[in-house]
Amino acid sequence: MNYWPLLGVVVVVLGFALRLNPALVVVAAGVVSALLSGMSVPDLLALLGHTFIGNRTLLLFVLTLPAIGLLERAGLRERARHLIGRLRQLTFARLLISYLAVRQVLSMLGLLDVAGHAQTVRPLLAPMSEAAAEKIDPALDDEDHQRVRAMAAATDNVGRFFGEDVFIALGAVLLIQGFFAQNSIDLDPKSIAIWAVPTAIAAFVIHAIRIVLMQRRLARKVRDAAH
Amino acid sequence: MLRIEYAYWLCGLLFAVCAIIDARARRPLHTAFWGILAVVLLGGDAFEAMYAAGDKFADQAVGVGVIALALLAGSGKLKRRAVDDDASARERSAARFGNTLFLPALLIPLGTLALALTQPWLHIGDVAIFDARQATLTALGVTCVLALIAAMWLTRATPAHAGIETARLLDALSWAALLPMLLATLGGVFTATGVGAAVGHLSSMAIPADSRFACVIAYGLGMVVFTVIMGNGFAAFPVMTAGIGLPLLIQQHHANPAALGALGMLTGYCGTLLTPMAANYNIVPVALLELRDSNAVIRQQWQTALWLFVVNIILMYFFAFS
Repeated sequence: MNYWPLLGVVVVVLGFALRLNPALVVVAAGVVSALLSGMSVPDLLALLGHTFIGNRTLLLFVLTLPAIGLLERAGLRERARHLIGRLRQLTFARLLISYLAVRQVLSMLGLLDVAGHAQTVRPLLAPMSEAAAEKIDPALDDEDHQRVRAMAAATDNVGRFFGEDVFIALGAVLLIQGFFAQNSIDLDPKSIAIWAVPTAIAAFVIHAIRIVLMQRRLARKVRDAAH
Repeated sequence: MLRIEYAYWLCGLLFAVCAIIDARARRPLHTAFWGILAVVLLGGDAFEAMYAAGDKFADQAVGVGVIALALLAGSGKLKRRAVDDDASARERSAARFGNTLFLPALLIPLGTLALALTQPWLHIGDVAIFDARQATLTALGVTCVLALIAAMWLTRATPAHAGIETARLLDALSWAALLPMLLATLGGVFTATGVGAAVGHLSSMAIPADSRFACVIAYGLGMVVFTVIMGNGFAAFPVMTAGIGLPLLIQQHHANPAALGALGMLTGYCGTLLTPMAANYNIVPVALLELRDSNAVIRQQWQTALWLFVVNIILMYFFAFS
């Protein structure tokens, strides 16, 4: 077996460690790995181009930008904050935990791209979370603003990932079934999906607890500052 | 019939608009960057058809384009543009429009949801409106256009305004917008050059195969580490399951394949929460939410990932062997 292409992995690790531009590091790693596997330059270019084109789905989030951009210019994020400020019952934890639940259920139905960082987190969830955190600490500092926005993004990720496997007709379950079928083990997709349920519940509970802990930390900070 | 390719063309059109706006503002490197992407998205269909017919020239040209994109990103000259930040104007505008501003924004998720759920029944005569392949993403494309029309109508904006706002957001995202695609490309290259097989081979040599616990830990850790490297649980799953899951856990220790497969994949997802290589989940939001620390999202996720890893290992060890 040819182990030399593994140096591509080393390029990735070193590049990220040295904080070089990730786009450059990633392409360099691909070129290194391909050349060391003995691939010719024309084949390497064709492989790069072909896989790049094959993955262009990943750019579709860009389609949300014109509408979101216009609405932001017209004050969408400011309005989202204002709304949360007025809804007294909607605390930081309740907002994020409800979003987590909705996102997980949507994922379980296979509706992964209904929500996302461009579609819902930037225009709605992030400013709403900040406004909800400001209800706890009106003088929320910049560091905490950054943390709260990052938590909104993290909540979207957790909800997306740990609902997805429960859906039968979607990538993950079909990949697992396909892999075992190639190895002469025939599985019913439902039998795979059912095993994703305990982890989905655990993900909800664990992340919800962490959201509550973040809310408590913000509240404690205000109390400490008052003394 | 509406196909996903139309959404790609629309995307290409947006990149072309962005390239033109940057060209007028005399930012030649930005123009080149978005211009290359516009060509790839507008021509992607034709290039794939050529490749299928055995002509690799277009794909090789795109390969050169990919390297050019990486060099443009690595040049450090794609500076994020300062946004003319008129917060008070936005506050006034927000007060004027009130909650109607939410309608176009909510149209994107809710409209996509409605179209995705009803698309199997949407027909004109005998022809389905949505191609069943990638129907949700096609629906997303449709609702984005509807939301844009609604937003333009509501705010009395012209298409030119929409173009300027898009260019502003794209230039703010800069190379981060491209990173998910580059990483997926790297995953493809690693698979084609045998990196996955080599990693699986090496890790299966290092395990005490007689201990069920050691095998479970090795499989779980292998899924996490390989997902961290590749940025994608899907890339790690076949490698680790062929290397450790199948020969050791299923054949030697008689694990239930359905349980092992599901829990193995979910353990890999814990790795996705930890790695900058999963750029569309962990790096794109850093750019979108204007966070200073490029690992800010990962910092909020690692504890959830760690606990879920423990849960998955426990489930695997106690329940996957029946």
